[in-house]
Amino acid sequence: MLNFLLMRILTFVPTFFGVTIISFAFIRVLPGDPIVVMAGERGMSQERYDQLYHQLGFDKPVISQYFDYLVGVLQGDLGNSFVTKKPVWDEFFSLFPATLELSICAIVLAVVLGLPAGVIAAVNRGKFFDRLLMSSALIGYSMPIFWWALLLIIVFSGMAGLTPVSGRMSLMFYFDTPTGFMLIDSFLSGQKGAFVSAVKHLILPTVVLGTIPLAVIARQTRSAMLEVLSEDYIRTARAKGLPPLRVNGLHALRNAMIPVITVIGLMVGTLLAGAILTETIFSWPGIGKWMVDSIFRRDYPVVQGGLLLISVMVMIVNLTVDVLYGLINPRIRKT
Amino acid sequence: MALLEIRNLSVEFKTSSGSFRAVDGFETSLDAGEILGVVGESGSGKSVAFLALMGLLPWTATITADQLSFDGRDLRSISARERRRIIGKDMAMIFQEPMSSLNPCFTVGFQIKEALRRHLGLDARARQARAVELFEQVGIPAPEKRLSAFPHQLSGGMNQRVMIAMAISCKPKLLIADEPTTALDVTIQAQILELLTALQRDTGMALVLITHDMGVVAETAHKVSVQYAGQKVEQQPVADLFATPHHPYTAALLSALPERAVSRRLPTIPGVVPGQFDRPQGCLFSPRCAHVQDRCRTDPPPPGGPETGFARCHYPLNLTQEEKA
Ligand SMILES: Nc1ncnc2c1ncn2[C@@H]1O[C@H](COP(=O)(O)OP(=O)(O)OP(=O)(O)O)[C@@H](O)[C@H]1O
Ligand SMILES: [Mg+2]
Repeated sequence: MLNFLLMRILTFVPTFFGVTIISFAFIRVLPGDPIVVMAGERGMSQERYDQLYHQLGFDKPVISQYFDYLVGVLQGDLGNSFVTKKPVWDEFFSLFPATLELSICAIVLAVVLGLPAGVIAAVNRGKFFDRLLMSSALIGYSMPIFWWALLLIIVFSGMAGLTPVSGRMSLMFYFDTPTGFMLIDSFLSGQKGAFVSAVKHLILPTVVLGTIPLAVIARQTRSAMLEVLSEDYIRTARAKGLPPLRVNGLHALRNAMIPVITVIGLMVGTLLAGAILTETIFSWPGIGKWMVDSIFRRDYPVVQGGLLLISVMVMIVNLTVDVLYGLINPRIRKT
Repeated sequence: MALLEIRNLSVEFKTSSGSFRAVDGFETSLDAGEILGVVGESGSGKSVAFLALMGLLPWTATITADQLSFDGRDLRSISARERRRIIGKDMAMIFQEPMSSLNPCFTVGFQIKEALRRHLGLDARARQARAVELFEQVGIPAPEKRLSAFPHQLSGGMNQRVMIAMAISCKPKLLIADEPTTALDVTIQAQILELLTALQRDTGMALVLITHDMGVVAETAHKVSVQYAGQKVEQQPVADLFATPHHPYTAALLSALPERAVSRRLPTIPGVVPGQFDRPQGCLFSPRCAHVQDRCRTDPPPPGGPETGFARCHYPLNLTQEEKA
């Protein structure tokens, strides 16, 4: 297991360098001049332009710009945002908890509903419930996110007035955010109603963001379960006189989880990369929105650093999945 | 009253191309302590008949029977919940493929203790003790250590011993062994068979031994049921069956036993067992029968009486003079 981990971590090294190159190149390939964007509509004098051009290092050859960047990265310095002048690290860490909170809620929703739905559909294969579930999953999977979000906003915020339309917290409250997780911070603040407000703000974004993972997990679980249910050891479990809940929910699901874990891991990876649409629609101050804004502003350091941090996180998630995979599948554990 | 009584058991599968009768009028009865051998070629419905008895067939199967009783209970009318209290406890089954019959995600100890908890309600300590005892009983060395092994860490023979230990864990009255040795090496086969017969002798349980191997039947069974294309074509006490087979199919099976055949597997009879689409009109064996006559091709024969081993044949073999009359 230790060897396996070390091997995996070693493969991170080339991936890491690859990502630095790609993120560095990506933002430069986009047409548009960051200095012009910075200047905005007022424009700027040629001297000021040249001064900034030099200051940002754009007068050096691209290769040496890259190496300057790489040296910085290896020293843990991702540079400062062109726009806010704040270090990329700081911005990332002030925004990441929002994305993490939303992603966790969405994935928990997807797993908690998707796994049982898939199991029940597989056990009742071809019957009404299976068809209902699988057609809902198909709809959920193929529905445009923004359309779904707007529909929910119209119904729950507009017509029923139950949920807020945007943001993470009602403006009525103000408190410190030591953890950055609104659920925790609002709870710690002790202010009456703050926690409820945090929950209400989370509901619609969670549902919107969780819909596709929920559909994917339900479908994956169903197909994995169908495969497992025809295995000999399921017949053995039934031959022992075990009740269906135990046969399906323990003996079968445990085996069906092996492929499903991989899918869940992939979903967590994409969610952490920021739910661009969801964050934009609900004005959720997270990584996805930050990245999109920075791309429009041609904020090179933020895009480079953000992409790099996101990739590192995805790599860590994948590693975790591999470890979990080994834990849940004894056949590869001790070899 | 017999422990197990099956009369006119039929199983039909719904398939995409219509329904298919995998078991057609199977009958047998078995007393406590008896060993029944069930032989027949692949596809003759041996497994399906006993899976139906256990209630382990998928929902595509329709089971009908005039009688299906075990230990005084009518299995046709009991609820699924009641059945689950019987199977794995009083009536247990082991399967052909030991490697795939155990769940790869759980230790063998977990899997055997599960049955002990479910049916006997033993506490953790008692389960551990009983599991060790069972592993010793089926000849698994170093039982404490083996309990924490996963199936893929054990050999096929070991896994089959685990399966047997699991099956006998609640002292069943009937053990159904569906080709328990087919997937194993020849030397291991003999050990497993010895184990099964020894356990049967010690515990007095009834044993159904489903097999391809006439040699195994000759050595272990008390009576033998011969299956062909879903039907029982003959049943006799083992000595009588070997001495005077009445059905031409049985005779064909016997005509190549060890002294004449190189392998102890079922001798090859020309032709194949009819499947869903090539059912002959009359006697199902008629296309392959050495003694076939015109009537066999048109009229399906009903089962005969006990004097002809219940043979489904218009012209049973080896009849004594008075039986012929
Ligand atoms: N679930 C099922 N659906 C449809 N047909 C089935 C199903 N299970 C078994 N059959 C068919 O029933 C027939 C009898 O199968 P069965 O497994 O009982 O044969 P068997 O005598 O045990 O053979 P073997 O010696 O190979 O184990 C076969 O033709 C098989 O294809
Ligand atoms: Mg079989």
